[in-house]
Amino acid sequence: MLSFIFRRLALTAATMLAVSLLVFLLLELNPGSVAVKVLGPYSSEEQRQLWLEANGYLNPLWQRYLEWLGRMVTGDFGESIRFKVPVAEVLWPRLWNTAILAFWTFAVLIPLSLTLGVLAGMREGSRLDRAISITSIITTSIPEFASAVFLSAIFVFGLGILPGTSAMSNGFDPLQLILPVMVLVLYDVGYVTRMTRASMAEVMTAPYIRTAVLKGIPFPRVILRHGLRNALIPPFTVIMLQINWLLSGVVVVEFFFAYKGFGALLLEASLNQDIYLIQACAMVAVFVAVTTQTLADIGYTYLNPRIRLQ
Amino acid sequence: MSMTEHAAGHLPPPRLIRILRMVGLLRESPVAMIGAGLIVFWIAVAIFAPLLAPFDPNVNLQPFAKPGTPYAAGSGVFWLGTDHLGRDILSRIIWGSQTVLFYGFVATASAYAVGVAMGLAAGYYRGWIDELLSRLGDIILSFPILVLYVVIIATIGASGINIVLAVTFASAPAIMRIVRSLVLEIRERDYVAAAKMRGENAWYIMLVEILPNVRGPLIVDACLRMGYVTITIGVLGFLGLGLPPPDPDWGGMINEARSMALAFPHMTVLPCIAISSLVLGLNLLADGLREISLRD
Repeated sequence: MLSFIFRRLALTAATMLAVSLLVFLLLELNPGSVAVKVLGPYSSEEQRQLWLEANGYLNPLWQRYLEWLGRMVTGDFGESIRFKVPVAEVLWPRLWNTAILAFWTFAVLIPLSLTLGVLAGMREGSRLDRAISITSIITTSIPEFASAVFLSAIFVFGLGILPGTSAMSNGFDPLQLILPVMVLVLYDVGYVTRMTRASMAEVMTAPYIRTAVLKGIPFPRVILRHGLRNALIPPFTVIMLQINWLLSGVVVVEFFFAYKGFGALLLEASLNQDIYLIQACAMVAVFVAVTTQTLADIGYTYLNPRIRLQ
Repeated sequence: MSMTEHAAGHLPPPRLIRILRMVGLLRESPVAMIGAGLIVFWIAVAIFAPLLAPFDPNVNLQPFAKPGTPYAAGSGVFWLGTDHLGRDILSRIIWGSQTVLFYGFVATASAYAVGVAMGLAAGYYRGWIDELLSRLGDIILSFPILVLYVVIIATIGASGINIVLAVTFASAPAIMRIVRSLVLEIRERDYVAAAKMRGENAWYIMLVEILPNVRGPLIVDACLRMGYVTITIGVLGFLGLGLPPPDPDWGGMINEARSMALAFPHMTVLPCIAISSLVLGLNLLADGLREISLRD
């Protein structure tokens, strides 16, 4: 187990290293364009040359990459062009706001999708199963921006009971979180439900479930004591991997509802060509995604004795 | 893979009969039928856009008209209203279907071409090629997908061809993974060994012997993938990273009307219904096809 964790962590580090190279090459391969982004399109050629020289951009590529990597690792992301402050000062509060959004999304998503998935999967092919499956296809077919539009039309325009933006300009307001969380949950609940359903349906065909039923144990008890324990291992991984997906979803949702989170920040950075902010956002996003994937793998191995004891 | 399993070779039925059987299979699944219906509807709309659209989609006629308002300065009715620049929303949705379907199809096809080639090579050659391609894929797939799109589009700029490039770059690894795992299963079959014995070259074996035998799961995946790509094109348009204006695209329409959505919901709701129904069609078709393939 320990050597497995160690190997997994090493792989994570290697992935991050490769990702950093990709991000670096994507954004900084051409120093000239970096200078244009930092100094603006109206800077003179001379200014750009001076800036490039002063900031070490005339060094060979590999040296620039290593220095860049060193700064990234120590959390020195440079200065934001748009906000005129160090990137870290904008980034961390925004990330915290997104964490709040993510927390509530998962707090709704996990119980909801597991319940629906178990209900659908315990009697495969039943009417309830069909209904849940079709509903989950429909909800996953509606892109987040579309469900944001639909839900706003209903709850903001039609009923007028929820605020249409979530800028939190007068301090934290839980009401403003409801629509963003609803949109994120609605898009993802179908997928997690289907995964849980598949896992539950598979467990229900196992011999020990048949034995339990034939022994005369009441059906709800068979589900709770025998079925769930094994059926909920695969959804654990699926749910952990939703964090990666959530980092995509928040870009759309935060933009739509003007929520001051990480996704909106990344978008604002790229619309304004704020190169250092884009780099930092991308690296942080991948770091969160890769770390959760590693945790999911380790957790899955721990939960599943068939793998753990090998 | 036993020797007998594939020894009983029989001639494949003629193409026409296979297509008829396919349609018959579709009829077995109401879900797939509804999905196929939605897709056919939008393809027809795209093809007949010049005939169907009542107005020019880019001409400013009468701003902020509610659905059903007649055109004051001419003949015709704005059945779905107009946007803030006075452009007819129905016409924009109809013409926008061309954009979405065209780029959706081209981007999916391009991602498939690259992904299938990578997957065939990785699964067939194995060894260092597999290792290299798989690791490369892992790295790209470790990005939250939209973060990758935003970074790529921010770097290379927003345009139709760049959307195709970004989708190819971001989705090919996922397709590669699926193809690779299917190829690993097929490459040990006797007919592959026979082709090797005949001295066929590697790409002939991959494309002629292996690829046709993994098409089933790939067709299902292609439907789902095209759904994702459609969403992606919509999202990029919505975020302002999509196709440059003024030509209509559904995501872009929503982005432009976003600030007026609370006063004039028809400007945003209708393109959203359009894109959702197209994606729903693709997802239902994929689900139905998967169910049919599991049944035999």
